[in-house]
Amino acid sequence: MSDIFDIYLLEAVLNGLLLGGLFALLSLGLNLVFGVIDVVWICYAELIMCGMYGVYYLHVQYHWPLLLAMAASVGIVAFLGWLLHQVVIRPVLNAEPINQLLVTGGVLFFLQAAATLVFGIEFRNLGVTLPSVRLGEMSFSAARLVAFGAALGGVIALYLFLTRTYLGTAIRAISQDRAIMPLMGVDPARIFALTSALGGALAGLGACLLVLQYDVHPAIGLSFGPITFLICVLGGLGNMVGGFIAAFVFAQFIAVGGFFFAVEWGYVIAFVFFIAVMFWRPRGILGK
Amino acid sequence: MNYPLHLAILVLLWGYIYTSWSVMGRLGLVSFGHGAFMGIGAYTVVMLWNYYGISPWLGALAALAFSAVVALVIGYPCFRFRIVGHYFALVTLALSEVARLVITAWRDTTGGSLGATPLGALHEGASISLAAMQFSDKRIWLAIVAACWALGLWVWHRVDRSMARLALQAISEEEEAAASIGIHVTRAKLRITLISALMTCLGGVLYAQYQLYVNPDAVSGIAISLQMVFGVIAGGMFVMLGPTVGAGFTLLLAEGLRLAFGNRYPALDTTIYGVMLVLFIIYMPKGILGAALELWRRRPIGQTFRT
Amino acid sequence: MLAVRNVTAGYGDFNALFDVSLEVRAGEAVAVIGPNGAGKTTLLRVISKIIEPQRGELTFDGTSLAPLRPHVVVSRGIAHVPENRRLFPRLTAEENLRMGAYTSRHQYAARLEEVYALFPRLKERRAQVAGTLSGGEQQMCAIARALMSRPKLLLLDEPSAGLAPVVVQSIFELVRRICAEGYTVLIVEQNIRQVLKVVERAYLLEAGRIVRSGSAAQLLAAPEIQKAYLGL
Repeated sequence: MSDIFDIYLLEAVLNGLLLGGLFALLSLGLNLVFGVIDVVWICYAELIMCGMYGVYYLHVQYHWPLLLAMAASVGIVAFLGWLLHQVVIRPVLNAEPINQLLVTGGVLFFLQAAATLVFGIEFRNLGVTLPSVRLGEMSFSAARLVAFGAALGGVIALYLFLTRTYLGTAIRAISQDRAIMPLMGVDPARIFALTSALGGALAGLGACLLVLQYDVHPAIGLSFGPITFLICVLGGLGNMVGGFIAAFVFAQFIAVGGFFFAVEWGYVIAFVFFIAVMFWRPRGILGK
Repeated sequence: MNYPLHLAILVLLWGYIYTSWSVMGRLGLVSFGHGAFMGIGAYTVVMLWNYYGISPWLGALAALAFSAVVALVIGYPCFRFRIVGHYFALVTLALSEVARLVITAWRDTTGGSLGATPLGALHEGASISLAAMQFSDKRIWLAIVAACWALGLWVWHRVDRSMARLALQAISEEEEAAASIGIHVTRAKLRITLISALMTCLGGVLYAQYQLYVNPDAVSGIAISLQMVFGVIAGGMFVMLGPTVGAGFTLLLAEGLRLAFGNRYPALDTTIYGVMLVLFIIYMPKGILGAALELWRRRPIGQTFRT
Repeated sequence: MLAVRNVTAGYGDFNALFDVSLEVRAGEAVAVIGPNGAGKTTLLRVISKIIEPQRGELTFDGTSLAPLRPHVVVSRGIAHVPENRRLFPRLTAEENLRMGAYTSRHQYAARLEEVYALFPRLKERRAQVAGTLSGGEQQMCAIARALMSRPKLLLLDEPSAGLAPVVVQSIFELVRRICAEGYTVLIVEQNIRQVLKVVERAYLLEAGRIVRSGSAAQLLAAPEIQKAYLGL
């Protein structure tokens, strides 16, 4: 009896690992934008929702091949990220941080409501079923495995971009000292615009991976938005390594908590854990 | 006759709830977690009534006590460790989500996301049940809500006047300096948070008893918390009647659109609302009333957010 | 090469410079000296367009700097080493140099070797995180970073600030070598004695106004400077 008990616990832990990879990818975009531009996109999850709808419509309604639909969606959300920055963020770039939070909150309302208007409240399923992968007594959804792999790939690609390319170095530089960037000949506005597009692209990638596993509906942002924020704050806002670690820790709480109690209690436990950590390390585990 | 009464009640009720939030918000303590307090208020009275027959009047006291504990448990470490700005907003966001998740997860008791209804107490055509705090005559509700709203304004006014306001303004601008002249930062912040939380909790109680239906997404969670913040921003955070104007504005917008378009375009009001809020933050951060008053008096009102 | 004429500039209501005029000719090394708070840093910031002058003209190589936005100034050939070095603390020394060459990235590799030839000690430390370099090394790195863009005019803001006397010596040695290589340099300094040994001409800036100008020798010998600044 304890044998089976352990194996299913192990399965939960491993699923938590897979979930952690996905969370890590989601948190990257948010952390990148905050680390560079110093703004939290409260509507980040809603951007992901747009990407999910993009994949759904392109693939299911217009019969585009799945990978093409996904690539296009990444592009669409990258554009949305850029647009968000130019239209909404730029005017309040020098205002109080709360104004920036609130203005992206307004966009959150707008995107959710617009999605309801345009797409309706029904849950939409991509209709792509991937088989389960069996490992001994445990089974894992192939969608989860693919998502994990792609997420890790995204993380590595971002890391290489930031450390090996000129533009990536400029992005890291601007997050360390914004004021002297003009002395390097760099127009900060252009780097911000690029970072926003990159943040959008990461959200778009997250959307592709999420839509494989979950149905999309206008309020889906509420399901993983708060979690993404908390993970970023847990790891230290703006700290990508911290967010990466926090994602896996958080996911474990959800998976194991959900294993011992019901699924939602797993989330409750994770959130309470977050609040507790905030009291111990108010700036996040790896925060400054 | 009922419909305009209904609208008036809603405007005053939400005006009161938004005012409760702004007691904290205008002093730089921008919370995204007030959904937790409203949820506690709403669900505590309904659950105690439905399962234990405890009158909502007493249930309200229990809810207030519960809210006070939560406010102190979360507030104390936040203020002691100087969690401000983004971090404070996100911690409070986590709080409201915890509330929503707990309510949803505990579905056997609370009904989960389907919501819950207080057991009816108005039998055989009775229109008043004092013990159950249920009144079918909307005029009674109007009186109750109006009294509460006036109370909220009075509290806002008192907080505004008192030392606490000066202290907190000093704090929000220069924490170290304020601390050095003996203004006990943490205690002052906690007091304001407590007041705000208790007021919001009461709003939740009234909401549950008036609407006779609660569900976790309507009274707790990030959506309702954001709605409170926005209502205050739209109306004007630094003016006493600002939150009420905000409530009136959003309700009338929703109703106006409903009358114009019927139910053909659900969520059209929120779509427009979202756009307007973006525009408000960018162009009119002092809100409708704040901007109007500034124009009229030709001098600046309050200050922009400082956390 | 650089002409500053009747510039008045400052921060909001505070003006820090009043009717300042100076010029720097090609190949020259010129200093602006003066006490703390005289407006020296503001002057350099006006030249690199970080601050817009309220009045006056700025001309470089014959063309006006007026319409330029700050990040364009580098590509025109003016490189500014800011006060307190301002290296990117968590980038390596070499990555800092990379940032300096941003506007001429295609020539980066070649330029890097040229700059390392001037700063051999920096080459040893190329992979070290900039925040962990010593004060003198940081100053070297900051100057090298500015040189990466092959500037026609180098602006140096108080290169000796915050450095130990022994290190200050080596920094001014470095500046002397840079001048000898033919770079046009405008240095702003509080350390009057040292800087006047390195430059040909200097201006004395006090409370936002140019009160004296002349050759380095003239200024060194001037009695008011000797009394007020050299403690003689």
